[in-house]
Amino acid sequence: MSVVQETAQRASASPGRLVDLFERGLDAPICLTWELTYACNLSCVHCLSSSGRRDPRELTTGEAKAVIDTLERMQVFYVNIGGGEPTVRPDFWELVQYATDHHVGVKFSTNGIKIDPAAARILAASDYIDVQISLDGATAEVNDAVRGPGSYATAMRAMRNLADAGFRGFKLSVVMTRDNIGQLDEFKAIADRFGAQLRITRLRPSGRGADVWPELHPLPDQQRSLYDWLVAHGEDVLTGDSFFHLSAYGSALPGLNLCGAGRVVCLIDPVGDVYACPFAIHSQFLAGNVRDAGGFEAVWRSAPLFQQLREPGDGGACRSCGHYDSCRGGCMAAKFFTGLPLDGPDPECVQGYGQAALAAVAPGQAPKPSEDHSHRAAPRRTAVPVTISRRRPPDRGCDESPLAGFAPT
Amino acid sequence: MRPEPFGALLYHFGTRRLSFLKSQTVLAVVRSLADHPSARSACAAAGVPDADLPAYARALAALRDSRMITERTGP
Repeated sequence: MSVVQETAQRASASPGRLVDLFERGLDAPICLTWELTYACNLSCVHCLSSSGRRDPRELTTGEAKAVIDTLERMQVFYVNIGGGEPTVRPDFWELVQYATDHHVGVKFSTNGIKIDPAAARILAASDYIDVQISLDGATAEVNDAVRGPGSYATAMRAMRNLADAGFRGFKLSVVMTRDNIGQLDEFKAIADRFGAQLRITRLRPSGRGADVWPELHPLPDQQRSLYDWLVAHGEDVLTGDSFFHLSAYGSALPGLNLCGAGRVVCLIDPVGDVYACPFAIHSQFLAGNVRDAGGFEAVWRSAPLFQQLREPGDGGACRSCGHYDSCRGGCMAAKFFTGLPLDGPDPECVQGYGQAALAAVAPGQAPKPSEDHSHRAAPRRTAVPVTISRRRPPDRGCDESPLAGFAPT
Repeated sequence: MRPEPFGALLYHFGTRRLSFLKSQTVLAVVRSLADHPSARSACAAAGVPDADLPAYARALAALRDSRMITERTGP
């Protein structure tokens, strides 16, 4: 969504704001996220889709190709492929090839595990593939605390391989937390070093993120410094338009300042379920399934949930706030998973209304995600304690009988 | 280019940028540019009033700057 930039607004010959046009929805999504698998080699503490284990109902290669055929027919420009870790699907490269052959561009998010020099060369050679490497700390210490041991080294190796293969302008994708907001300049330096572009997004209380959100979401003064940093860096830094709630500080940030759920964005999950937004994996935001009659096209065009999301909202409790026109009440998913009403303030409302609203939510009242594919056992952070006993040598050099020396009584 | 109720969406795979044509008229102008000797003539054919020409010039300039349209190289 960060491609929805100011140039777009200047290209208009008639008055009327894009926000108003988009509120009523589009014939096809601009920004479609497609999670290919719930399987993942990592167990990031804030995973928005609670990924870990593959789901046996995941779309087959044939079904995935049928979805791509639909996207081509709907003229979806590109899909954001994620997971889980999408590259662990054995047919990942086949599906990417199929999509680009059918005029559907691919941008995929990865922790870098499969981006070896050969894969990097393939990616660098295509005009229709973009890559986002996820990294949540500019140092191994900060990153690995969130994404797991070794994940910093994996991401750095992947970026080195992409840079060496001549891939310019791939994305370094960072979720902003309380622990890494102070590293913004260092993230920018890493991206610059690899010829990449920095992309930062908001931590949402979705999936396992709900468990760590209270400790990891930015503090109010950090939100302010993030806003100032974004204003200073303008369009050099991509944001997926995810910080539009910060626009209530003053001037609007670049991009579309609007919750696009069901209007310009949606999610297809690994089992084909279509949700209003990647951060809203909950039955309340489930619009249908690509396996239903009519497929994805019918879900996008006529699902009652999407029709309802495209109705103009009245602003609810935020209507009387002078900043409503800038922030539009913030993020639907952030409100939902913190137990706040959807027509009230965002939990991180910069005017402070969110904190007051959060204080009124009883413990345990916030809804839980409908799906959980987390690894059943937490990955071990320490060495596994084992004792290996030395084999007792045979009584005599030539005696290899396992019963040698055994004298039953 | 993808038609939409309000006009059209354009996406450039090289720059990875989206642009918007916010009316059916500007869509008609962009579509017919290749068939006209000049942008002014394309606007006239699409029924753009003279008073609106500066706005259309700005819109086309923005599209040129984002490399969505380029100057003809051949005759």
